[in-house]
Amino acid sequence: MRMGTDAASGGPARGIARGLAAFSPALGAVGFIAVWWLFCETRLVDPILLPTPAEAFRALWDGFLDGSLLGDFMKTVERTLSAFGIAVLLAVPLGVALGSSQRVYRVIEFVIDFFRSTPTSALFPLFLVIFGVGDFTKIAVAAFGATLAIVFNTAYGVMNARKTRQAAARLMGASPLRVMWDVTLLESLPQTFVGMRAGVSFALVIVVVGEMFIGSTDGLGQRVLNAQMVFDMPTMYATIFAAGVLGYGLNLLFILVERRFVHWGGK
Amino acid sequence: MNAAVRLPEASATHITVRGLNKEFGGAPLYEDFSLDLPRGRIISVFGPNGCGKSTLINMISGLVPMDRGEVRFDGKTLRDSKLGYVFQNYRDALFPWKRAIDNIRYPLELAGRRPAEIETRVAALVASFEIGFDLHRYPYELSGGQQQLVSIMRALAPEPEVLFLDEPFSALDYEMTLFMREKLQEIFAATGLTMVLVSHDLEEAVYLSDEILLLTRRPTRLAERVAFAAPRPRTAATLATDEFVRVKAHCLEVFQNEVRRKAAP
Repeated sequence: MRMGTDAASGGPARGIARGLAAFSPALGAVGFIAVWWLFCETRLVDPILLPTPAEAFRALWDGFLDGSLLGDFMKTVERTLSAFGIAVLLAVPLGVALGSSQRVYRVIEFVIDFFRSTPTSALFPLFLVIFGVGDFTKIAVAAFGATLAIVFNTAYGVMNARKTRQAAARLMGASPLRVMWDVTLLESLPQTFVGMRAGVSFALVIVVVGEMFIGSTDGLGQRVLNAQMVFDMPTMYATIFAAGVLGYGLNLLFILVERRFVHWGGK
Repeated sequence: MNAAVRLPEASATHITVRGLNKEFGGAPLYEDFSLDLPRGRIISVFGPNGCGKSTLINMISGLVPMDRGEVRFDGKTLRDSKLGYVFQNYRDALFPWKRAIDNIRYPLELAGRRPAEIETRVAALVASFEIGFDLHRYPYELSGGQQQLVSIMRALAPEPEVLFLDEPFSALDYEMTLFMREKLQEIFAATGLTMVLVSHDLEEAVYLSDEILLLTRRPTRLAERVAFAAPRPRTAATLATDEFVRVKAHCLEVFQNEVRRKAAP
């Protein structure tokens, strides 16, 4: 209906341009696959290193059908979400405590900033010593990294809560605890969500790296590495793609949750 | 809302301020400042920039701590008194995570009123305000004037003894400002509430008030208290009366003397 009137008023060229604009994200994806396919067709890259898109997608399809890829996928999801859950439980109360006391914040700021700047992957050996080679080590390292990302954002959110709203609540008779619960926590929520989104992406990165190197028998990281070692390139690409879908999906999920729960953010 | 004139008979002292001291940036803002404000009147506070108009009502209402001094409402301390406050920046004062109606309910919930009681009070408030928009929207979905109206309703919900307003209409356009002045008059007519209003608009300060407090430059003292006794409800015609023009001109003169006093060292 709208397209029709547009085309009528702006000429068919403009109607087509608008139609293309709506599909531009898909256009990029199609273009990417076309270039990939072109590389294969022209033998620009060794076909052993780069299978055709069709082969890779078949590997993806088969992997999900026979359950092996799905199993690894779910294992990575489980680890990432466990790490993220632990991080939220630790980081949000800690961030609120840090943000509400300037003095405590100044004492701890440097230590947290230092560890946040330290590549978390450098801590794997330390965590291996502490937690052993079990599954929990990967989760612990990922949780550690995600915690730091969330702590800082929550603390900033609490520190930058609008003073007027806190004053308004106080004047209406709210106790300090209620001001914290009813106002400050909600004020910090948009910033906390920024931290949580960064935290979950970070947890996924660490979990996948951990699955590659810390004696894993499952997970996407382990699957990518195994496929590479036996030169099963279609499976390797399929698994990389699955990891991409997971990362993108988690990000999308967080944006949706954020829009639902922090509807006032930026307003 | 019935806009008939209904001022309380005796305007006995309601708010007493004694020996108020406040330093700001190392320099005294208020030194041994004392003030009596009458009950059931609209009092405006007007003065040069930086003289601490807002700071004064913020200290009286307990938002800003004073260095020394004492404030009593009917002889009671701040802790035992119920105050309402309307902020200049409604955007930063309302809770954007609560719907407008829940913003209004909030002070009643804080006071521990029963749900049925809260509903009765909110319904009465909504009826008296003749609200023409949906209170089940979130504040950021409302216009500036509507948000400030919600702020005022929230401040009035727990039936405060005094209503403080800090430049409440300065962020609104002129049309909305005129509408809000009338609303404020209606509320005053209906409740006879003691109101203390900070204004940067002399016309508004005189038009709305029974008394205008003119402040000096810092260290801030009272330059003069000017009464304006025009009958209520006041209308656009009030602005053209000799009395209004005379009072406003007098206030302007006092104000300009204050501004000049500092300019010529």
